[in-house]
Amino acid sequence: MSDKNTQAPLLDIRDLSIRFNTDSGVVHAVNHLNLSLQKGKALGFVGETGAGKTTTALAILHLIQSPPGEITSGEILFEGQDILRMTEAERRDIRGNKIAMIFQDPMTSLNPIMTVEDQIMEVVSLHTDAKGEELRNRAHEMLQMVGIRPERGKEFPDQFSGGMRQRVGIAIALACRPTLLIADEPTTALDVTIQAQVIDLIKHLQKMVETSLLLITHDLGIVAEICDEVAIMYAGRVVEYSDLRQLYTKPMHPYTQGLFNAVPRLDSEPGGRLAVIQGLTPDPTDLPEGCSFSPRCPYVQDICRQEALGLKEYEPGHFVDCHFPLGMNGGLGA
Amino acid sequence: MSTNITAAENLLDIRGLKKYFNVGKKLLHAVDNVSFTIPRGKTLGLVGESGCGKSTLGRVVIGLLEATAGEVFFKGKNALKFNAQERSEFRKQAQIVFQDPFSSLNPRMSVYQLIAEPLIINKTCRNNTEVSERVKVLMDTVGLAERLITSFPHELDGGRRQRIGIARALALNPEFIVLDEPVSALDVSIQAQVLNLLADLKDERGYTYLFISHNLSVVRYVSDEVAVMYLGQVVEKASNVILFQEPLHFYTQALLSAVPVAALDIKKDRILLEGDVPSPIDPAPGCRFASRCPNREEICTSEGPALIEVRPGHWVACHRVKPEPGKA
Repeated sequence: MSDKNTQAPLLDIRDLSIRFNTDSGVVHAVNHLNLSLQKGKALGFVGETGAGKTTTALAILHLIQSPPGEITSGEILFEGQDILRMTEAERRDIRGNKIAMIFQDPMTSLNPIMTVEDQIMEVVSLHTDAKGEELRNRAHEMLQMVGIRPERGKEFPDQFSGGMRQRVGIAIALACRPTLLIADEPTTALDVTIQAQVIDLIKHLQKMVETSLLLITHDLGIVAEICDEVAIMYAGRVVEYSDLRQLYTKPMHPYTQGLFNAVPRLDSEPGGRLAVIQGLTPDPTDLPEGCSFSPRCPYVQDICRQEALGLKEYEPGHFVDCHFPLGMNGGLGA
Repeated sequence: MSTNITAAENLLDIRGLKKYFNVGKKLLHAVDNVSFTIPRGKTLGLVGESGCGKSTLGRVVIGLLEATAGEVFFKGKNALKFNAQERSEFRKQAQIVFQDPFSSLNPRMSVYQLIAEPLIINKTCRNNTEVSERVKVLMDTVGLAERLITSFPHELDGGRRQRIGIARALALNPEFIVLDEPVSALDVSIQAQVLNLLADLKDERGYTYLFISHNLSVVRYVSDEVAVMYLGQVVEKASNVILFQEPLHFYTQALLSAVPVAALDIKKDRILLEGDVPSPIDPAPGCRFASRCPNREEICTSEGPALIEVRPGHWVACHRVKPEPGKA
């Protein structure tokens, strides 16, 4: 955002609000969200269940089901064009082509009755003129790239293990050389040793294919390994956004600090107690007045309960949605 | 260290435990010759990846699954040979908390009914007033507000549901609790609350835990001793500090190096294991880990290594790790 003038971002989300009209009330899933991603960068999109991470990702692909979903404000500029105002044909042209997605669960995101090479060929044939042998060669090339022997292309998803299926998902996503890759919790369903393989692969391929990456995760450890920038999400809005180093060495939002402290670490002393963020994430049908983190915030002041601030650039490139960011004029360091 | 502890101090002593499942004409070796002890008031962390048999082990220990072979000594008596009366007593003293608070609670029962159920079944209270008082005490113990007493599970978040599961397990004043991935389904901020609760309960009441998890950081945080399982077998077992600082089995080392760390500037030499965990159905002879082990030798594919004590309290099952002379 600070270098906005030098280069237009690949993805620029402005004031995005999404709600779901349900029988039990209006769910405010995403609230006035701002986010941008430069070409070739990897952005970690971190938050807990229900923070609105996946909803935002689906909105980028315009895959929010409506009804009950409804985008009530904002724009999503991709390469300068607003996805929300495109025709469906234009969007179909982008989906799976310039913007591709890797889903969380490799057990359900693949078609169980199509061989894996057919699934890769399907995407390529939709978006290019390639035919016949050329298509098949492309599929084999992709399989090889993600570390699967091309002979296995004739097999069905159920013949692959979880880690291998996720590799197939990655092959499908990268088949058309997207400029933006959205990965929604790509390793959450995998075991640690397999997760390490897949993280390594994503990291390597992102550089190789030169795609931008929007990585949705709840794991700050994975972000530290892959990403250049981080956005922390809470109750439908970005509460902190900066480059990796600033956010990890000097988190400024109390929620970010709480997240770091609540995670047990390999080097923590056994037998101690974890620092807990008190309370629960707010009910999205009934968000609190003012800052949505205020009911749980240990440093809360009166103004926090009355008025939300919005993202503010406290330090160059370091955006925080807090009246009293830590280390500035808030928290214990005040 | 653990070697000096006599049998009487071990609340749980498991020897040569096996659980095989029939799959067609073949046998799935879910738990294969596992032995360990848990001293009273201590926590054994059991780590491993999906399908390594850790949950099956927990269920066999608690008597929810029948063992194929082996012995489970609880307070010095073999729990697998209990008669009906002893078994019902054992079931009160040994409890389990399940992983998924979304599917392990009856959705048609209120919080009150769920927590009262074990009390009523075991007739531990004389009348309804006593049951209701006990339910309130239990809710207070696990940090559930009393106003939730008429709520149903679907109205509550995962953390609160897991607290119901814990309250049910505590209802009969057990001594031993199997915690089967109790925080895996929870968000980090909620996970921390539940972990702290479990630690407080252990300190206050001296519970003995078998803590099953795939998450090494969580196990590091809660355990006194840690056992690492791979494909039905324990490959390494040591005190918490030793296991995390000086792991000797290559699988443990790889597992530890694979954990993403939420900090910068920690350069780790990540050991990337190739391939996947092989099938536990009729496993090949030799070391179960041999197919993925970069250090394997000829003997590894022909003969399975025994779990031996290479240093006091540090047990490893690997042909390449030799006992330190004079120490074991």
